[in-house]
Amino acid sequence: MNAPTPRSEFLAGVHAELPLLLGVVPFGMIFGVLGLAAGLPAWAVVLSSSLIFGGSSQVVFAQLWGVAAPPAITVTTIGVVNLRHLLYSAAVAEYLRGLPWRWKLLLAYLLTDEAFAAALPRLRDGPATPHRHCFLLGTGATLWSGWQLSTLAGVLLGTAIPAQWSLDFSIALTFIALLVLAVHRRSDAGAALVAAAVVLPALALPHKLGLLVAAAAGIAAGLALRRFDRKTP
Amino acid sequence: MNTTTLLLTMAACGAVTFLIRLSFIAFGRYLPDDPRLSAILRYVPPAILGALIAPEIFVLDGRVSLNPDNPRLWAALTAVLIAWRTRNVLATITAGMLALWALQACMI
Repeated sequence: MNAPTPRSEFLAGVHAELPLLLGVVPFGMIFGVLGLAAGLPAWAVVLSSSLIFGGSSQVVFAQLWGVAAPPAITVTTIGVVNLRHLLYSAAVAEYLRGLPWRWKLLLAYLLTDEAFAAALPRLRDGPATPHRHCFLLGTGATLWSGWQLSTLAGVLLGTAIPAQWSLDFSIALTFIALLVLAVHRRSDAGAALVAAAVVLPALALPHKLGLLVAAAAGIAAGLALRRFDRKTP
Repeated sequence: MNTTTLLLTMAACGAVTFLIRLSFIAFGRYLPDDPRLSAILRYVPPAILGALIAPEIFVLDGRVSLNPDNPRLWAALTAVLIAWRTRNVLATITAGMLALWALQACMI
């Protein structure tokens, strides 16, 4: 077999990412619709997909903008929503060591849930060849293109979709699917349930602090419930 | 709020997100390798997702409602069951939307 070239690694990454677009494209379209409904101008909805480039955090951004939350609270909340990417950054760092800065900056920008999930098996379990970072570029660039196009489509179609279809509910459904995949231990489920229970009364907190307070309560509950976990994976 | 505020807030959100993603890739050797930090980080995804989902289900017209007549509650529970059995994002979204539409049709 020939040694992998940058091109073959990139194309393999594209191929690994394509099935994930089935879930990402509807999400992007719905975000486009929802962003307009929350009161963002069309250009801002489209721009957020390249500037923030993180589905759930863009939804939260649109919601917080819609209720005129203070900018400092919005930025902090987005930071907490995206804090999980620290884990991804730590997981891929060892495979990108020694790359030039421009590669590190580019791959960090493209490091989203779906690009990471599709690339990690190749980076971790595949051969340690010199061009393997091109696989991550393939998954990241594919996801990026799909996300931009689907957001744009959502903005263009936005006004044509009747509210009775309740398509906004598919955002909650996407989060439910991601949550169930993220729950491996009892304490994970405990963290989610406590955060969900705390957020409802916390929504009344001033300055839209509710999401941050609920997340902190959920994390604390998860840590406290660790001793009830059956085993450590 | 005006366009400048919107642009600056969005740019700041983008910068924070980018720095989080860049953190260990660029500065790994300077960052602490602390098991307590990884223990906390582990609970960020379930806590944030739980906090994002609950209002989508229980807040109707700006008010919290724990009424069992709420079709979104039952559609969400259907989605949890399907997600748990299939571990498939698309199947979960499809089943949840079909359940919501069916329940809304029944309740009219």
